[in-house]
Amino acid sequence: MSTLRILQPGPQTSVQDLGRRGFQAFGVPVCGALDPVALRLANALVGNAATDAALELRLAGPHFVVEDGSARIALAGASARIEVIADGETRAYPSWRAIDVPEGATVRIGALTQSGCAILAVAGGMDVPAVMGSRATDLKGRFGGVAGRALISGDMIPVSNADPSGPCLDLPHPPTLAFAGTLRVVLGPQAEAFTEAARATFLTAAYRVSREADRMGMRLDGPPLGFVTSADIVSDGIATGSIQVPGSGLPILLLADHQTIGGYAKIATVISADLPAAGRLLPGAELRFAAVSVAEAEAARRAQEQAVARLVASLAPVREGARIDTDALWRANLISGVVSAYETE
Amino acid sequence: MIAVAAWGQMQREDGQAGTSGDGSTRRLGQLARFLPVGDTAFAVEFGSVIAPDINALVHRTAALLALAPPAGLIETVPTFRSLLVHYDPLVTSAEALQATLAALDLGETAGAAPARLWHLPVLYGGEAGPDLEEVARATGLSVPEVIAQHSGTTYRVYVQGFLPGFAYLGDLPAALDLPRLSVPRVRVPAGSVAIAQRMTGVYPLESPGGWRLIGNTPVRFFDPTLTPPTLFAPGDGVRFVPVDATEHERVRVAVDAGVFIPHHETLAGESA
Repeated sequence: MSTLRILQPGPQTSVQDLGRRGFQAFGVPVCGALDPVALRLANALVGNAATDAALELRLAGPHFVVEDGSARIALAGASARIEVIADGETRAYPSWRAIDVPEGATVRIGALTQSGCAILAVAGGMDVPAVMGSRATDLKGRFGGVAGRALISGDMIPVSNADPSGPCLDLPHPPTLAFAGTLRVVLGPQAEAFTEAARATFLTAAYRVSREADRMGMRLDGPPLGFVTSADIVSDGIATGSIQVPGSGLPILLLADHQTIGGYAKIATVISADLPAAGRLLPGAELRFAAVSVAEAEAARRAQEQAVARLVASLAPVREGARIDTDALWRANLISGVVSAYETE
Repeated sequence: MIAVAAWGQMQREDGQAGTSGDGSTRRLGQLARFLPVGDTAFAVEFGSVIAPDINALVHRTAALLALAPPAGLIETVPTFRSLLVHYDPLVTSAEALQATLAALDLGETAGAAPARLWHLPVLYGGEAGPDLEEVARATGLSVPEVIAQHSGTTYRVYVQGFLPGFAYLGDLPAALDLPRLSVPRVRVPAGSVAIAQRMTGVYPLESPGGWRLIGNTPVRFFDPTLTPPTLFAPGDGVRFVPVDATEHERVRVAVDAGVFIPHHETLAGESA
């Protein structure tokens, strides 16, 4: 068992896993990683189960000290410079590979590039109590994770027992993170609450992620959408990815921490295969929506699962020379891979 | 109650389907329609309005699916008039799961009878209910009349959601029907008893909120360490009991000490 002692928490670092299922009927949101593919790849890189809890980083990473033992860590979902400082010597590593950190070493993770969020997994997983079957932090409900909140300086986060045997693994061809500009959606469940012109606008206009964006959802700037009568419906259920439109006519794309039910009409839902890309978007990003059928969306998700499985199967030991020539590895990481978990067509 | 029929009622009036009281089945496919919600969920919509019989069908369906979950079903979210079905597209498909659900026999009873009638102590007005006097002005009632109307009604737990443990309680007396605040509060204290349109409810956690605050109860509605984590279950009855500041404080201390058990009685045989 080792412990991460947080020196600097980063803008919003929280414990997340694949989410809290089975309690939405009680008003409890799912939460979980904004980019669940990154979570699974980070966990795979350190030998964890896909369901293990890790740290989700937003915009920039934390600085922490590894205590009470060593730790094997891996960052996935964004590029960032990872510095490991031990015995007065600083070594830099890229994301998408496991790194062995000796006891007492300090780890500094810098600004994320190519994405607004990333996952830092530690072999064994974050050993915080499971609440309703999940270790995910519910920031609004204030439970799960570490005291139901984002990390703060001084937090001591226990890591479960793990004895990573064998060499550190590397993902030879990381998925490309560049946003293709389009999120695929299934229209509904209240598409008919919008005027025909509004539905056409929604599928042709460019929208921009506003500054009002967090784990619950992102407000989009662009042409407002008109209603046949009004934005209000008798509240019904919300799925992650649903796009609700309040009276302002400006869409809100709902993400992992979304409320379980809501009273605004929903014009469409982003398909699950595109949710990781949606979760990575930063304020200012431009996007468009393209409609697909439910069957096409299900097929896209199955294809994505196969791509993730291929990525996990491709993990290979880090080549010994690479640790010495970290600059080369750093540059290599900035080049998009040929296999993408995020693009399925 | 607003006189708009449920989908099933409309169909029953057309003689297409429905219960006849002679033991014939009521298939879900004849009472509801399916609406697409991406590739991991779909809505089963029984109607478009808030009504106890429509809500009872929703909870009936949720209960039947919980007893025998079809392959690939993850969880369901009952709302006033629809059931959101979350599924795993790697295990099943919307088409396959909807076919299974359409054949579901909802049986003769629309829904489970309310199991419990809860009595919740409420301190009305003052700091505990900063909108009480405004509610009285806007409705043309006196403050005691507002309290009498609000506490003189047995409410139904229609739905839980919005916040963990937040229960939508209906139906609020028509005399108290006011719109939500035009500018929502940034901070509503936990325990605030609030009204909006034809609903009342209690904020289980401090949160932003646009409902009008008329009182406060010390009772806790959500505890993530308990199973289930919420005090109420769908179909429960709720009555608010006016108390003075001394009693409110006494209950608050007991709640904080973990020794307060909210008073409730069992309701038997009452149809939802």
